[in-house]
Amino acid sequence: MIFNRKTLASSIALAATALVASGAQAQMSNDELRIGYLADMSGTYRDLAGPGGLEALKMAVEDVGGEVNGVPIEVFSADDRNSADVGANTVRGWVDQENVDLVAGMVASSVSIAVSKVLEEAGGLAIISGSAASSITNEHCTPNHIHWVYDTYPLANGTAKAVVEQGGDTWFMLTADYAFGHALEADVTKVVEQNGGEIIGGVRHPFPTSDFSSYILQAQGSGAKIVGLANAGSDTVNAIKTASQFGLVQSGQQLAGLLIFLNDVHAMGLEATQGLLLTTGWYWDMDEQSREWAQRYYDRVGKMPTMVQAGVYSSTMHYLNAVEAAGTDEAQAVRAQMAETPVEDFFARNGRIREDGRMVHDMYLAEVKSPEESTGEWDLYEIKSTIPADEAYRPLAESQCKLVQN
Amino acid sequence: MATTHSLTPAMQRQRSARMRRNMLYLVLLGLALLAPLAIYPVFLMKVLCFALFACAFNLLLGFAGLLSFGHAAFLATGGYFTGIMLSSYPGLTPEAGILIGTLAAVVLGTFFGVLSIRRQGIYFAMVTLALAQMVYFFFIQAPFTGGEDGLHGVPRGELFGLISLSDNLPMYYFVLTVFVIGFAIIQRTVHSPFGQVLKAIRENEPRAVSLGYNVDAYKLVAFVISAGLAGLAGSTKTVVFQLASLTDAHWHMSGEVILMTLLGGVGTLFGPVVGAGLVVSLQTQLAQSPIGNWVSVILGAIFVICVLSFRSGIVGEIQKLVRKNFK
Repeated sequence: MIFNRKTLASSIALAATALVASGAQAQMSNDELRIGYLADMSGTYRDLAGPGGLEALKMAVEDVGGEVNGVPIEVFSADDRNSADVGANTVRGWVDQENVDLVAGMVASSVSIAVSKVLEEAGGLAIISGSAASSITNEHCTPNHIHWVYDTYPLANGTAKAVVEQGGDTWFMLTADYAFGHALEADVTKVVEQNGGEIIGGVRHPFPTSDFSSYILQAQGSGAKIVGLANAGSDTVNAIKTASQFGLVQSGQQLAGLLIFLNDVHAMGLEATQGLLLTTGWYWDMDEQSREWAQRYYDRVGKMPTMVQAGVYSSTMHYLNAVEAAGTDEAQAVRAQMAETPVEDFFARNGRIREDGRMVHDMYLAEVKSPEESTGEWDLYEIKSTIPADEAYRPLAESQCKLVQN
Repeated sequence: MATTHSLTPAMQRQRSARMRRNMLYLVLLGLALLAPLAIYPVFLMKVLCFALFACAFNLLLGFAGLLSFGHAAFLATGGYFTGIMLSSYPGLTPEAGILIGTLAAVVLGTFFGVLSIRRQGIYFAMVTLALAQMVYFFFIQAPFTGGEDGLHGVPRGELFGLISLSDNLPMYYFVLTVFVIGFAIIQRTVHSPFGQVLKAIRENEPRAVSLGYNVDAYKLVAFVISAGLAGLAGSTKTVVFQLASLTDAHWHMSGEVILMTLLGGVGTLFGPVVGAGLVVSLQTQLAQSPIGNWVSVILGAIFVICVLSFRSGIVGEIQKLVRKNFK
């Protein structure tokens, strides 16, 4: 009897498991979970995301055993060449021909916005890790994408606020003369003035510029304590190099960079960048679990990961967990599951996904070390303070996103 | 046929050549009509848009001998105007939007042309490049282009208010029609007396002047046609991809169209089409392959090989071969 009952129970359990398993499998859109990685693989943002980000994504896939809900995970990639056309086209092809379930990566903001529009129409899902523009989850928000690592709001907000609080209350703004630069300048100005600081001067340079000498001389002549760089990419690099040649930091002024990454600092060297204040979403050496993951990445790639590359791993992991928990790869179900689960891993602290698609998490104010302080090739930042998740990002009350009820 | 006997052998040859050409056009058109069954239509549309752009550029370089290094400006102007029009006036049909974009490119082309056609060679290229850079900076600063984010979410709309273009197949046949019209305009221009004069100017400008032709006027008209067709390509592209971005206005695009034209065969009608097809396929295929990081290097190497070893381009070399062996 007992034997019989046991057999019965176990056979029911077995049948149930089989049913659940087959049910789950039936809800996966095809016999694979297909992830497409789209990023600049050959241009200016190659070191920021590029092949390293793809490697991080593969690490996440390997860490879940290469399969989820009983189906294998397939990863493929493409170079967007920083062109919205190419990016939108590639993703349209992925949707129509490859049954892509998740698009990851993406750096240039124009690419991210173009891709999110394509996916909104086609009903897919994207996690954007590399882009800076805060408009991606503001006026350009869609239910079909999540913005993971950082955006310009905390970069401007975090850096400016912390700098003013540390006594840097007079600013000179060096601004790239186009919409992005203007927006960044406006954000910084607001924060500086709110915190009791003052903008005492500024100059706008054409985009892009290679010779910054006259602008840096103006900045030196202004007598401001802080020179804020409201520009990006090669402009920031050129401005910092010129400032270093003119001895700006040595003469008592300090640079505040608004969009600078680990790879930029590594490339320019500590001699040129020392003392630079910046906000970052993550730093490899910030604690034990970060170091542990970074070391695994370093062993594969030979470089320390940027926050974007770490974010690709973190977001892919969160996505795969959500797919497993939801038992389906249907975009909106997974998106809802992702938003329900708080994000807490080596990358994100106090992280959660808001309804506008913004993943808010703690950000960090860092100062670039001097060559004397640094103990190794990648020992570049000192983390000064933490900006709590709730303060870092644009509050929903100010949002223009159509998904937010105001 | 009784009339055949009254024709001279030369006329007969010309006639059979024309027949062969018409047959070729028909076969190619048939292939183009069937192509979306085998190949992804969005990719084909991209090829067609760039092919039209390269053909427009080739009209100027191949048949008038003017190397414009600023054609991206017309592509982008067409694209942005169409995009802005279609996004801000939802009632506007796509063909009207494309027409407006093309007209904008024609106006800009006239302005560029008047300023630049008095110069030749490198000076002409530099003047057009400088003007195109001014247009680029205008688009980056202007409030209505979305700056470096670009213009997104342009509706494809309904053709003549009747046929929805949201599916790829109807869109493809519409783009094919636009391409055929553009190509026919170029074909007609090249084979008209006007085209003959252009070729004369290309070969020997002082001689054309001494024969009494108003060379500047001819060059200006060729420039405006070329700009208009480039604008048409840009406008169509915006409707297909539903976005207009700075990539189209950047001088890289002006360089890319030179690459397409030279690779396919400058001064041949089909060369730019082949060149555009080749460059776009390479970019698409390579970008998704493991050697994706090398797209620019590979394209550069192909360009070097082309310039060193087959200077008249793919179609140009084939034509030479045919002429040598079959006539």
